[in-house]
Parts: sequence; structure tokens; C-alpha cells
Amino acid sequence: MKKPSAAPVLSVHRAQKRFGAIEALKDVSLEIFKGEVLALLGDNGAGKSTLVKCISGLHALDGGEITIDGKRAALSSPAAARRAGIETVYQDLALFDNLTPAQNFYCGREIAYPSWLPQALRFLDRQTMDREAAAVIERLKVKLPKFDAPVALMSGGQRQAIAVARATVFARKVVILDEPTAALGVRESRKVLDLILQLKAEGNAVILITHNMEQVVELADRAIVLRQGRKVGELKPSRSNQQKLVSMIVGAEA
Amino acid sequence: MAIKPMPDATLRDSFRESVIARASVLPWVLRLLNIGPILILILLAIVVSILTPNFLKPINLGNILAQIAVIATVAIGQHVVILTRGIDLSVGSNLALATVMGGLVFRMTDSSTAVMLAMLLSGTAIGAVNGLVYVFGRLPHPFIITLATLSICRGLALEFSVGHTTMRGMPDAIAALGGYSYFGIPNSFFVVLAVVLVAAVFTRYMVWGRWLYAVGGDPQAARGMGIPVRGVLVSAYVISGLCAGIGAILLSGRTGASSPLYGDLLELDTIAAVIIGGASFLGGRGHIGHALVGALMIGVIRNALNLLNVDVFFQMIAIGVIIVVAVEADVLRNRLEAQARALQSTRLQ
Repeated sequence: MKKPSAAPVLSVHRAQKRFGAIEALKDVSLEIFKGEVLALLGDNGAGKSTLVKCISGLHALDGGEITIDGKRAALSSPAAARRAGIETVYQDLALFDNLTPAQNFYCGREIAYPSWLPQALRFLDRQTMDREAAAVIERLKVKLPKFDAPVALMSGGQRQAIAVARATVFARKVVILDEPTAALGVRESRKVLDLILQLKAEGNAVILITHNMEQVVELADRAIVLRQGRKVGELKPSRSNQQKLVSMIVGAEA
Repeated sequence: MAIKPMPDATLRDSFRESVIARASVLPWVLRLLNIGPILILILLAIVVSILTPNFLKPINLGNILAQIAVIATVAIGQHVVILTRGIDLSVGSNLALATVMGGLVFRMTDSSTAVMLAMLLSGTAIGAVNGLVYVFGRLPHPFIITLATLSICRGLALEFSVGHTTMRGMPDAIAALGGYSYFGIPNSFFVVLAVVLVAAVFTRYMVWGRWLYAVGGDPQAARGMGIPVRGVLVSAYVISGLCAGIGAILLSGRTGASSPLYGDLLELDTIAAVIIGGASFLGGRGHIGHALVGALMIGVIRNALNLLNVDVFFQMIAIGVIIVVAVEADVLRNRLEAQARALQSTRLQ
């Protein structure tokens, strides 16, 4: 019998990725477990974004493999990754300005009927989608000015909260957050950090990319440091080794 | 937008008050801009009916509806394309080619069904060519392919039509659809209403419509969300072609003829109708009914200028000026939305 907490939800084994002459990922391996926040650290160009894009199906690996629950996963497209239970909140959000929060939530996976028609020709079940999206927004205590207004009218923090909330609805295994607080003020950041803790509490594995060491120390159970496409360190972040983490990132450790 | 530290409390209070005032006025202005086209249409009708009493006579109103039927129908298809950030310049020539195809079929058979089918198929086929070449030819913008088919269709229509000119005669059923009235309302307008209704159901209540708005809103994000972007784009041009085919039936029904010269500058009229009606050129915005409102506005303006004996050339100028106003209103709306967003961030708690 397999104990659920003992086996990693997602594991990347010896990942390789090249862009022409540039080796973006060299033999990077990582594992992440249920209910854990893993911080992915590194300077610009260290390979964090490339790694994340491979996991979320935007890039294909040149070598190595990704397994989900111990089974090899073919993450050939963003849709395939999402079907496998991996949700990604991109830095540029990927929200549709012209749609409402509920419409954004279900975009590309609309609840619709009847099921014998092809998806494109089904009728939208707007009530169910509105109700469930509203329930999630409520549960996550996200304050929105108006629920039926296009997200174009909302602030950066509200939009980020919607994007994270969307991931929380659909995430079944792994949530990847790429610098979720980069464009936010203090109060709005706090909201998003609370959402991340909630994701973790609900049993998701969370991969967090950030440059903010305070957030790493506060949220992350583990941190992995990449430099020039290689994994150069892995440790449990705390106040006392914060400085060590920084020197690992910039490559100045003894 | 960063809040700079204020030197004293009164200044901060006045700042807070102005933020609150603007935050409460902005949504109203935006709402007004959204229903603006309908308000302007009503206002226009009132002004015109004061200027010339003939305007409100049932026969004149029926005339307007008959005159705008073709523009409105084709504008629905144009709107679907504009929703995806695209444009279909070929609709006018496409319509002309469709009438010619119908006219040729009418020389072989009296069946009105066959003639209608020929027109619909011709229109849809050209739409499919537009969409497929745009998407799978990886063109940077649909402007180019639809400009090419604009030329190709006109050439084909002239080449195929007997004597390279207008062919008289249409089956009775088509003449009835395009020319006759029912209780003062032209049959063609019932067709317009049916097309609007079907288009509204497809765009507002079905998944395809949601995808249309998503692709128009952010094509990159739509791909990331797993929406079949290419299929959605091709379908938009197919629908536009189909609408041109329906327009061909209405026009050849009204005139009892088919002609390679029909639909001249129809692309401008339909784009004008969509933009005047309040859709956004930036894609992903506007109710499909906006195209009907825009077409009605064009119809009312032309009719009013006719009734007031204003030169025909001035009509073209008037329509052009109104397009500029409509586009500026769209720009203004986008700026106000950006302001509303900034206010959301700075709103003091």
C-alpha cells in the first residue's frame, strides 16, 4: 500500500531543455508533496520560468521526465497539464478583460449542456457557473466591487485574486504561481499570500516563484535554488538561513 | 497610481473626496456610453420627426426597414468577425458573387430552394476561404486576405454573369422574401430579426459565443486556456460569409435581379453599422444587437437627409463623420475604464 503523504504528487527527473545554444535546464530534478509550498528561487535567467513552463505544458522537455503520482505524464499542451490537475497562474495573469470574474473562471471549460452536442454548440449553464464562482470568491474572502462587471474595471490586486481563486477552484494536485505579488501593494499582497496558505491547507502542492525573501521564509516549506539552469541548493528556509539562500541565488556562497 | 504623501489633512480630505466623487460618477458615465447608441438612435428619430413630418409615416418607416435589411444582415456577420479582432472586407463582392450564382442557377431551374441554396453556399464558401487562408496561411491580419477576396469575388461575379452585367428575374418566393410586406413591415425585416435572434442565442447563450468573446478579448490567453482558437476564427469568417449569402437573397429578392455590381462599398456600410452600434474595434466587446442599432441609425440618417433634400454626397460625408465620433467614443470608454481601474487601486479604505 502506498501512503499518500509519502509519495510525491509531482516529480521532475533530470529535466533538460535547450534553446539553440543555450542550455536553459541542465539535469534539474525536484519533488513536491501534497500540502506543501515549494519556493523556486533564482536570479533572472536561472531557469525558473523555463522549468515552470515545462511543467504547465507550454514547453516540451528535451530530456528527462515529469511524473504525476508516480505515473509518467505527457504534458504536451496547457490543456493537457490542466487535465492532469496542474493549474498555473502566470505573471501576466491570462485574464480576459472583457469577461466577468465568473466567465473568466470557467473560460475554456464551461459548464454546458446537453452533453451529446459538441462542446462549442452546448448551452452555457450560466446560473451554475455564476453561483459556484461567487461561492469561491466568498469562501476566499476576496472583495470585488461588482461581481457582474468585466475584470477590466478591477484593480491589480483584485485581478490577481481572481486569477489565484480560479486556480484554487480547478487545482486538483499542483498550483504554480509565477511571482503572484510582483505588481501588488502591501495590502493586496497580503490577500494573495493568504490565498496561497489556503491552497496549501486544502491539500494542494504549491510551487511559488518569487524574489521576495520575506515571503519565502513565511510561506515555503522548502526552497529550491536554480542558477544557470542547474539546481544548486535545496533547504528549509528560515530566518537564520535567509542570508545563505540569497548567496546561493547570486552564486556567492563559500 | 501611487498616492503621494499630502502635506496636510485638508488636502488629503479634498483628495479623498475627489476620489470618492469620481468613483461614483465613472460607472454611470460608462453605463451611459454602453447604451449610448440606442439613446442616440431614439434622439435622432425624435429630431428628424420634428424636422419632417413625413418621417413617421408608416410607409416611410417600412421603407427604412426594407432599405437597411441587407446592411443589417451582413453587419451581423461583420460583427461576429469584429468580435474576434478581425475584419471582413470581402462581404460586398461576396454578396455580388452569391447573387450571380443564384441567377445562374435560376436559368437552369425554377426551384427557389435551389437558388437560395446556391447563394448561401457561395457566400459560405468564400467565408471559409477567408477564414482558412487567414488562419492556416498564418497571415498577420485578416485585412489582407479579405481585401484579396474582395477583388477576386468581384472579378468572378463579372466573369460568370451573363453579358457581364445584371441578370433579370428571381423566383417568386425570393421576390416575396426580399420585396413584399406584411402589415406594413417588409418581409426582409423579419428575416433580419430572425438572424439577430439566432446570432444572439449563439453568441450569448452558447459556448461558441463565449469562446468568440474570449478570443477577441485575448487570443494568447484563449490558447492557454485550451480554447480551439483557430477553429473559432475560421467559424467567424464562415458565419460572415453565410450572412453575405442571406443578404444576397434579400437584395436579389427586392430588385428581382442578380448583378455583379451589387454590394458596392457594403463592407464600409457594415463596418460602420457595427462601430456606430457601439462594438469595439479592439474585439471582444458589444452585443450582437448593436449591429442592428447601427444599421438602423445609418438608415434613419440617410432617410432623413433624403426627406430634407440634402445632397447624396453629403450623406457619405455624414456617415464618415459619425464613424469618427463612434470610434472616439470607444477610445473614451477605454480611457475611462483605465481610470476606473486606477480608482479601484487607490480607493481609500
